[in-house]
Amino acid sequence: MMAASKKIMEQEPGDIELLLPWHAAGTLNPRDSRKVEEALARDPELARQYAVIREEYAGTIDLNESLGAPSARAMQKLFAAIDAEPARKPGSSANIAARLSGFFSSLSPRTLAWSASLGAFALVLQAGIIAAVLMSNRPASFETASLSRNEPITRDLAAAPPSRALVRFVPDARVGDVTALLDKYQASIIDGAKGGMFRLQFANTAMSKDEFAGLLSRMQSEKIVSLAVATP
Amino acid sequence: MSATQAATDDVLIARIAEGDRLAMQVLYGRHHVRVFRFGLRLVRNEQIAEDLISEVFLDVWRQAGKFEGRSAVSTWLLAITRFKALSALRRRKDAELDDEAAGAIEDTSDNPEVAVQKKDTSDALRRCLGGLSAEHREIVDLVYYHEKSVEEVAGIIGIPENTVKTRLFYARKKLAELLKAAGIERGWP
Repeated sequence: MMAASKKIMEQEPGDIELLLPWHAAGTLNPRDSRKVEEALARDPELARQYAVIREEYAGTIDLNESLGAPSARAMQKLFAAIDAEPARKPGSSANIAARLSGFFSSLSPRTLAWSASLGAFALVLQAGIIAAVLMSNRPASFETASLSRNEPITRDLAAAPPSRALVRFVPDARVGDVTALLDKYQASIIDGAKGGMFRLQFANTAMSKDEFAGLLSRMQSEKIVSLAVATP
Repeated sequence: MSATQAATDDVLIARIAEGDRLAMQVLYGRHHVRVFRFGLRLVRNEQIAEDLISEVFLDVWRQAGKFEGRSAVSTWLLAITRFKALSALRRRKDAELDDEAAGAIEDTSDNPEVAVQKKDTSDALRRCLGGLSAEHREIVDLVYYHEKSVEEVAGIIGIPENTVKTRLFYARKKLAELLKAAGIERGWP
Protein backbone atom coordinates (compact mmCIF):
# COMPACT_ATOMS: atom_id res chain seq x y z
CA MET A 1 0.00 0.00 0.00
CA MET A 2 1.25 3.39 -0.86
CA ALA A 3 2.45 5.84 1.74
CA ALA A 4 -0.35 8.39 1.42
CA SER A 5 -3.04 5.69 1.46
CA LYS A 6 -1.52 4.14 4.54
CA LYS A 7 -1.68 7.47 6.26
CA ILE A 8 -5.32 7.83 5.34
CA MET A 9 -6.06 4.47 6.94
CA GLU A 10 -4.18 5.53 10.06
CA GLN A 11 -6.06 8.82 9.92
CA GLU A 12 -2.87 10.82 10.07
CA PRO A 13 -2.74 13.24 7.19
CA GLY A 14 0.38 13.40 5.07
CA ASP A 15 1.90 16.61 3.75
CA ILE A 16 0.60 16.12 0.23
CA GLU A 17 -2.80 15.03 1.47
CA LEU A 18 -3.14 18.23 3.45
CA LEU A 19 -2.58 20.28 0.32
CA LEU A 20 -5.30 18.60 -1.76
CA PRO A 21 -8.06 21.16 -1.01
CA TRP A 22 -5.85 24.03 -2.18
CA HIS A 23 -4.93 22.07 -5.27
CA ALA A 24 -8.63 21.66 -6.03
CA ALA A 25 -9.15 25.41 -5.56
CA GLY A 26 -6.12 26.23 -7.72
CA THR A 27 -4.42 28.29 -5.04
CA LEU A 28 -1.20 26.31 -4.62
CA ASN A 29 2.11 27.67 -5.84
CA PRO A 30 3.49 25.94 -8.98
CA ARG A 31 6.02 23.89 -6.99
CA ASP A 32 3.49 22.41 -4.55
CA SER A 33 0.98 21.99 -7.33
CA ARG A 34 3.50 19.89 -9.28
CA LYS A 35 4.22 17.75 -6.21
CA VAL A 36 0.52 17.10 -5.70
CA GLU A 37 0.03 16.25 -9.38
CA GLU A 38 2.86 13.71 -9.22
CA ALA A 39 1.47 12.15 -6.04
CA LEU A 40 -2.02 11.92 -7.54
CA ALA A 41 -0.63 10.20 -10.61
CA ARG A 42 1.05 7.43 -8.60
CA ASP A 43 -1.43 6.96 -5.73
CA PRO A 44 -5.01 5.88 -6.63
CA GLU A 45 -6.20 6.23 -3.01
CA LEU A 46 -5.04 9.81 -2.93
CA ALA A 47 -6.75 10.39 -6.28
CA ARG A 48 -9.98 8.98 -4.85
CA GLN A 49 -9.76 11.36 -1.92
CA TYR A 50 -9.11 14.19 -4.36
CA ALA A 51 -12.31 13.33 -6.21
CA VAL A 52 -14.18 13.60 -2.89
CA ILE A 53 -12.55 16.98 -2.26
CA ARG A 54 -13.70 18.23 -5.65
CA GLU A 55 -17.27 17.33 -4.66
CA GLU A 56 -16.85 19.27 -1.41
CA TYR A 57 -15.42 22.18 -3.35
CA ALA A 58 -18.40 22.27 -5.72
CA GLY A 59 -20.82 21.79 -2.82
CA THR A 60 -19.32 24.70 -0.87
CA ILE A 61 -19.62 27.02 -3.86
CA ASP A 62 -23.16 25.82 -4.42
CA LEU A 63 -24.07 26.48 -0.79
CA ASN A 64 -22.53 29.95 -0.73
CA GLU A 65 -24.11 30.97 -4.02
CA SER A 66 -27.49 29.95 -2.63
CA LEU A 67 -27.13 32.48 0.18
CA GLY A 68 -28.21 35.32 -2.08
CA ALA A 69 -27.14 38.92 -1.71
CA PRO A 70 -27.76 41.64 0.82
CA SER A 71 -30.55 44.18 0.36
CA ALA A 72 -29.97 47.78 -0.72
CA ARG A 73 -30.46 48.77 2.92
CA ALA A 74 -26.87 47.78 3.70
CA MET A 75 -25.47 50.13 1.08
CA GLN A 76 -27.78 52.97 2.11
CA LYS A 77 -26.73 52.55 5.71
CA LEU A 78 -23.05 52.52 4.76
CA PHE A 79 -23.17 55.69 2.68
CA ALA A 80 -25.31 57.49 5.24
CA ALA A 81 -22.57 56.68 7.76
CA ILE A 82 -19.87 57.84 5.32
CA ASP A 83 -21.72 61.10 4.73
CA ALA A 84 -21.80 61.64 8.48
CA GLU A 85 -18.02 61.20 8.70
CA PRO A 86 -15.90 64.35 8.98
CA ALA A 87 -14.38 65.52 5.69
CA ARG A 88 -10.80 64.41 5.37
CA LYS A 89 -7.77 66.22 4.07
CA PRO A 90 -5.76 64.58 1.33
CA GLY A 91 -3.05 62.54 3.02
CA SER A 92 0.42 61.70 1.93
CA SER A 93 -0.19 57.97 2.01
CA ALA A 94 -1.86 57.78 -1.36
CA ASN A 95 0.38 57.63 -4.37
CA ILE A 96 0.50 60.08 -7.21
CA ALA A 97 -1.25 57.59 -9.52
CA ALA A 98 -4.32 57.50 -7.36
CA ARG A 99 -4.37 61.27 -7.07
CA LEU A 100 -3.96 61.76 -10.78
CA SER A 101 -6.57 59.17 -11.67
CA GLY A 102 -8.93 60.75 -9.19
CA PHE A 103 -8.19 64.17 -10.61
CA PHE A 104 -8.83 63.10 -14.18
CA SER A 105 -11.99 61.25 -13.26
CA SER A 106 -13.36 64.48 -11.83
CA LEU A 107 -12.83 66.41 -15.06
CA SER A 108 -15.49 66.80 -17.73
CA PRO A 109 -14.67 65.53 -21.23
CA ARG A 110 -14.48 69.16 -22.43
CA THR A 111 -11.95 70.05 -19.74
CA LEU A 112 -9.94 66.97 -20.54
CA ALA A 113 -9.88 67.98 -24.19
CA TRP A 114 -8.62 71.45 -23.27
CA SER A 115 -5.97 69.91 -21.03
CA ALA A 116 -4.82 67.67 -23.84
CA SER A 117 -4.59 70.70 -26.14
CA LEU A 118 -2.53 72.53 -23.53
CA GLY A 119 -0.22 69.54 -23.26
CA ALA A 120 0.22 69.43 -27.02
CA PHE A 121 0.97 73.16 -27.06
CA ALA A 122 3.55 72.68 -24.32
CA LEU A 123 5.23 69.97 -26.39
CA VAL A 124 5.41 72.25 -29.42
CA LEU A 125 6.79 75.00 -27.20
CA GLN A 126 9.43 72.64 -25.87
CA ALA A 127 10.41 71.62 -29.40
CA GLY A 128 10.72 75.29 -30.33
CA ILE A 129 12.94 76.02 -27.36
CA ILE A 130 15.20 73.07 -28.05
CA ALA A 131 15.45 74.01 -31.73
CA ALA A 132 16.36 77.59 -30.84
CA VAL A 133 19.01 76.38 -28.42
CA LEU A 134 20.52 74.04 -30.98
CA MET A 135 20.67 76.73 -33.63
CA SER A 136 22.48 79.16 -31.44
CA ASN A 137 25.31 78.23 -29.10
CA ARG A 138 25.86 81.81 -28.06
CA PRO A 139 25.15 82.76 -24.48
CA ALA A 140 21.92 84.58 -23.86
CA SER A 141 22.28 88.15 -25.01
CA PHE A 142 20.43 90.80 -26.91
CA GLU A 143 21.42 93.54 -29.35
CA THR A 144 20.32 97.14 -29.18
CA ALA A 145 18.62 98.92 -32.07
CA SER A 146 21.51 101.40 -32.21
CA LEU A 147 23.98 98.61 -32.65
CA SER A 148 27.03 99.42 -34.72
CA ARG A 149 27.95 96.68 -37.16
CA ASN A 150 31.62 96.89 -36.36
CA GLU A 151 31.38 97.12 -32.63
CA PRO A 152 28.41 95.19 -31.34
CA ILE A 153 27.33 96.14 -27.90
CA THR A 154 26.05 93.19 -25.90
CA ARG A 155 24.95 92.83 -22.35
CA ASP A 156 24.47 89.66 -20.25
CA LEU A 157 21.09 89.08 -18.74
CA ALA A 158 22.13 89.69 -15.18
CA ALA A 159 18.71 89.50 -13.57
CA ALA A 160 17.52 86.29 -15.26
CA PRO A 161 14.03 85.05 -14.37
CA PRO A 162 13.84 81.79 -12.38
CA SER A 163 13.95 78.59 -14.42
CA ARG A 164 10.62 76.78 -14.38
CA ALA A 165 9.22 73.65 -15.94
CA LEU A 166 5.94 71.84 -16.33
CA VAL A 167 6.38 68.22 -15.31
CA ARG A 168 4.07 65.23 -15.56
CA PHE A 169 4.91 62.17 -13.48
CA VAL A 170 4.20 58.60 -14.49
CA PRO A 171 0.98 57.20 -12.99
CA ASP A 172 2.69 54.89 -10.49
CA ALA A 173 5.13 57.49 -9.18
CA ARG A 174 5.15 57.56 -5.42
CA VAL A 175 5.41 60.59 -3.20
CA GLY A 176 8.82 59.43 -1.95
CA ASP A 177 10.15 59.16 -5.52
CA VAL A 178 8.89 62.63 -6.37
CA THR A 179 10.44 64.11 -3.23
CA ALA A 180 13.79 62.49 -4.07
CA LEU A 181 13.62 63.86 -7.60
CA LEU A 182 12.91 67.38 -6.32
CA ASP A 183 15.93 67.15 -4.02
CA LYS A 184 18.14 65.87 -6.81
CA TYR A 185 17.28 68.76 -9.12
CA GLN A 186 16.97 71.33 -6.34
CA ALA A 187 13.47 72.07 -7.48
CA SER A 188 10.24 72.84 -5.72
CA ILE A 189 6.61 72.54 -6.79
CA ILE A 190 5.12 75.99 -7.04
CA ASP A 191 1.77 75.00 -8.51
CA GLY A 192 -0.43 71.92 -8.13
CA ALA A 193 -1.46 69.21 -10.54
CA LYS A 194 -3.40 71.33 -13.02
CA GLY A 195 -4.20 69.12 -15.95
CA GLY A 196 -1.92 66.53 -14.45
CA MET A 197 1.10 68.85 -14.77
CA PHE A 198 3.11 70.19 -11.87
CA ARG A 199 4.89 73.57 -12.18
CA LEU A 200 8.44 73.28 -10.84
CA GLN A 201 10.90 76.07 -10.06
CA PHE A 202 14.64 75.38 -9.90
CA ALA A 203 16.88 76.87 -7.22
CA ASN A 204 19.71 77.50 -9.68
CA THR A 205 18.79 80.76 -11.43
CA ALA A 206 22.16 81.18 -13.14
CA MET A 207 21.59 78.49 -15.76
CA SER A 208 22.07 79.32 -19.40
CA LYS A 209 19.52 78.09 -21.92
CA ASP A 210 21.85 75.27 -22.83
CA GLU A 211 22.25 74.21 -19.24
CA PHE A 212 18.53 74.40 -18.62
CA ALA A 213 17.75 72.41 -21.75
CA GLY A 214 20.27 69.79 -20.60
CA LEU A 215 18.67 69.67 -17.17
CA LEU A 216 15.23 69.20 -18.68
CA SER A 217 16.59 66.49 -20.92
CA ARG A 218 18.04 64.66 -17.91
CA MET A 219 14.81 65.08 -16.00
CA GLN A 220 12.83 63.80 -18.97
CA SER A 221 14.89 60.61 -18.87
CA GLU A 222 14.03 59.96 -15.21
CA LYS A 223 11.88 56.85 -14.72
CA ILE A 224 9.10 58.65 -12.87
CA VAL A 225 8.87 61.58 -15.33
CA SER A 226 6.74 61.22 -18.43
CA LEU A 227 7.07 64.82 -19.58
CA ALA A 228 9.24 67.82 -18.64
CA VAL A 229 8.97 71.06 -20.58
CA ALA A 230 10.18 74.58 -19.92
CA THR A 231 7.61 77.13 -18.91
CA PRO A 232 7.78 80.86 -18.17
CA MET B 1 -9.52 36.95 -8.32
CA SER B 2 -7.23 38.10 -11.10
CA ALA B 3 -3.99 39.98 -10.54
CA THR B 4 -5.46 42.89 -12.51
CA GLN B 5 -8.42 43.15 -10.18
CA ALA B 6 -6.12 42.95 -7.16
CA ALA B 7 -4.09 45.82 -8.58
CA THR B 8 -7.13 47.94 -9.25
CA ASP B 9 -8.43 47.16 -5.76
CA ASP B 10 -5.22 48.72 -4.45
CA VAL B 11 -5.83 51.84 -6.55
CA LEU B 12 -9.40 52.03 -5.25
CA ILE B 13 -8.14 51.84 -1.66
CA ALA B 14 -5.67 54.66 -2.37
CA ARG B 15 -8.50 56.77 -3.76
CA ILE B 16 -10.73 55.93 -0.81
CA ALA B 17 -7.93 57.10 1.47
CA GLU B 18 -8.28 60.45 -0.27
CA GLY B 19 -12.01 60.51 0.45
CA ASP B 20 -13.17 59.38 -2.99
CA ARG B 21 -16.79 58.28 -2.51
CA LEU B 22 -17.06 56.90 -6.05
CA ALA B 23 -14.10 54.58 -5.44
CA MET B 24 -15.90 53.37 -2.33
CA GLN B 25 -18.98 52.55 -4.38
CA VAL B 26 -16.90 50.57 -6.87
CA LEU B 27 -15.12 48.60 -4.15
CA TYR B 28 -18.44 47.95 -2.42
CA GLY B 29 -20.04 46.75 -5.64
CA ARG B 30 -17.12 44.44 -6.26
CA HIS B 31 -16.90 42.76 -2.85
CA HIS B 32 -20.08 43.25 -0.83
CA VAL B 33 -21.76 39.98 -1.82
CA ARG B 34 -18.80 37.84 -0.79
CA VAL B 35 -18.37 39.81 2.41
CA PHE B 36 -22.09 39.32 3.13
CA ARG B 37 -21.95 35.57 2.48
CA PHE B 38 -18.83 35.09 4.58
CA GLY B 39 -20.42 37.07 7.42
CA LEU B 40 -23.72 35.25 7.07
CA ARG B 41 -22.05 31.85 7.31
CA LEU B 42 -20.40 32.99 10.53
CA VAL B 43 -23.29 34.74 12.28
CA ARG B 44 -26.16 32.79 10.64
CA ASN B 45 -28.46 35.78 10.73
CA GLU B 46 -29.22 37.87 7.64
CA GLN B 47 -30.01 41.03 9.58
CA ILE B 48 -26.72 40.87 11.47
CA ALA B 49 -24.83 39.95 8.30
CA GLU B 50 -26.22 43.03 6.54
CA ASP B 51 -25.22 45.20 9.47
CA LEU B 52 -21.77 43.65 9.27
CA ILE B 53 -21.33 44.80 5.68
CA SER B 54 -21.92 48.42 6.62
CA GLU B 55 -19.50 48.12 9.52
CA VAL B 56 -16.82 46.41 7.43
CA PHE B 57 -16.89 48.93 4.60
CA LEU B 58 -17.11 51.86 7.02
CA ASP B 59 -13.90 50.53 8.57
CA VAL B 60 -12.38 50.41 5.10
CA TRP B 61 -13.40 54.04 4.56
CA ARG B 62 -11.76 55.04 7.83
CA GLN B 63 -8.67 52.83 7.63
CA ALA B 64 -7.88 52.94 3.90
CA GLY B 65 -4.95 55.27 4.51
CA LYS B 66 -3.34 52.65 6.73
CA PHE B 67 -3.68 49.80 4.23
CA GLU B 68 -0.15 48.83 3.24
CA GLY B 69 -0.95 46.32 0.52
CA ARG B 70 0.77 43.41 2.26
CA SER B 71 -2.26 41.26 1.51
CA ALA B 72 -4.91 41.37 -1.19
CA VAL B 73 -7.73 43.81 -0.50
CA SER B 74 -10.21 40.90 -0.58
CA THR B 75 -8.18 39.15 2.15
CA TRP B 76 -8.16 42.32 4.22
CA LEU B 77 -11.95 42.62 3.83
CA LEU B 78 -12.50 39.03 4.98
CA ALA B 79 -10.23 39.55 7.99
CA ILE B 80 -12.24 42.63 9.00
CA THR B 81 -15.49 40.74 8.41
CA ARG B 82 -14.37 37.87 10.60
CA PHE B 83 -13.36 40.23 13.40
CA LYS B 84 -16.69 42.07 13.19
CA ALA B 85 -18.65 38.80 13.05
CA LEU B 86 -16.95 37.42 16.14
CA SER B 87 -17.55 40.72 17.94
CA ALA B 88 -21.22 40.60 16.94
CA LEU B 89 -21.51 37.03 18.18
CA ARG B 90 -19.91 37.94 21.49
CA ARG B 91 -22.43 40.72 21.97
CA ARG B 92 -25.30 38.28 21.83
CA LYS B 93 -26.37 35.90 24.53
CA ASP B 94 -25.37 32.31 23.90
CA ALA B 95 -28.88 30.93 24.41
CA GLU B 96 -30.39 33.43 21.99
CA LEU B 97 -27.69 32.64 19.47
CA ASP B 98 -28.22 28.90 19.69
CA ASP B 99 -31.99 29.21 19.21
CA GLU B 100 -31.66 31.46 16.21
CA ALA B 101 -28.86 29.43 14.68
CA ALA B 102 -30.89 26.26 14.95
CA GLY B 103 -33.82 27.97 13.28
CA ALA B 104 -31.76 29.67 10.61
CA ILE B 105 -30.03 26.66 9.13
CA GLU B 106 -31.12 23.08 9.22
CA ASP B 107 -28.52 20.76 10.62
CA THR B 108 -28.16 17.41 8.90
CA SER B 109 -26.67 15.84 11.99
CA ASP B 110 -30.05 16.30 13.67
CA ASN B 111 -32.15 14.86 10.87
CA PRO B 112 -30.12 12.42 8.79
CA GLU B 113 -33.26 10.55 7.76
CA VAL B 114 -34.39 13.47 5.67
CA ALA B 115 -31.20 13.40 3.66
CA VAL B 116 -31.40 9.64 3.26
CA GLN B 117 -34.93 9.92 1.92
CA LYS B 118 -33.92 12.50 -0.61
CA LYS B 119 -31.10 10.35 -1.90
CA ASP B 120 -29.52 13.48 -3.10
CA THR B 121 -25.81 13.64 -2.40
CA SER B 122 -25.35 17.26 -3.35
CA ASP B 123 -28.29 18.38 -1.22
CA ALA B 124 -27.01 16.30 1.70
CA LEU B 125 -23.56 17.79 1.20
CA ARG B 126 -24.96 21.31 1.42
CA ARG B 127 -26.89 20.43 4.54
CA CYS B 128 -23.86 18.84 6.18
CA LEU B 129 -21.68 21.82 5.29
CA GLY B 130 -24.25 23.90 7.16
CA GLY B 131 -23.95 21.52 10.09
CA LEU B 132 -20.22 22.05 10.63
CA SER B 133 -18.99 24.05 13.60
CA ALA B 134 -18.30 27.77 13.06
CA GLU B 135 -14.55 27.09 13.13
CA HIS B 136 -14.84 24.42 10.45
CA ARG B 137 -17.37 26.37 8.35
CA GLU B 138 -15.10 29.38 8.14
CA ILE B 139 -12.04 27.46 7.00
CA VAL B 140 -13.99 25.45 4.42
CA ASP B 141 -15.52 28.66 3.04
CA LEU B 142 -12.23 30.54 2.98
CA VAL B 143 -10.44 27.79 1.04
CA TYR B 144 -13.18 26.55 -1.28
CA TYR B 145 -15.40 29.57 -1.86
CA HIS B 146 -13.14 32.56 -1.24
CA GLU B 147 -10.17 30.73 -2.78
CA LYS B 148 -7.66 31.84 -0.20
CA SER B 149 -4.20 30.30 -0.02
CA VAL B 150 -2.77 28.65 3.10
CA GLU B 151 -0.88 31.87 3.91
CA GLU B 152 -3.93 34.07 3.41
CA VAL B 153 -6.15 31.88 5.58
CA ALA B 154 -3.46 31.92 8.28
CA GLY B 155 -3.46 35.71 8.10
CA ILE B 156 -7.24 36.03 8.23
CA ILE B 157 -7.80 33.62 11.11
CA GLY B 158 -4.57 34.37 12.91
CA ILE B 159 -3.23 30.82 13.22
CA PRO B 160 -0.04 29.10 11.95
CA GLU B 161 -0.05 27.73 8.41
CA ASN B 162 0.31 24.13 9.59
CA THR B 163 -2.75 24.59 11.80
CA VAL B 164 -4.65 25.90 8.78
CA LYS B 165 -3.89 22.69 6.89
CA THR B 166 -4.76 20.31 9.73
CA ARG B 167 -7.89 22.27 10.68
CA LEU B 168 -9.26 21.92 7.18
CA PHE B 169 -8.38 18.23 7.19
CA TYR B 170 -10.37 17.65 10.38
CA ALA B 171 -13.22 19.84 9.08
CA ARG B 172 -13.38 17.51 6.08
CA LYS B 173 -13.33 14.47 8.34
CA LYS B 174 -16.21 15.90 10.35
CA LEU B 175 -18.07 16.56 7.13
CA ALA B 176 -17.54 12.94 6.11
CA GLU B 177 -18.95 11.81 9.47
CA LEU B 178 -22.03 13.97 9.05
CA LEU B 179 -22.55 12.60 5.56
CA LYS B 180 -22.13 9.04 6.78
CA ALA B 181 -24.73 9.69 9.47
CA ALA B 182 -26.99 10.96 6.68
CA GLY B 183 -26.45 7.73 4.79
CA ILE B 184 -23.99 9.08 2.25
CA GLU B 185 -20.81 7.03 1.80
CA ARG B 186 -18.20 8.66 -0.37
CA GLY B 187 -15.30 6.27 0.07
CA TRP B 188 -13.28 8.58 2.27
CA PRO B 189 -11.97 8.33 4.92
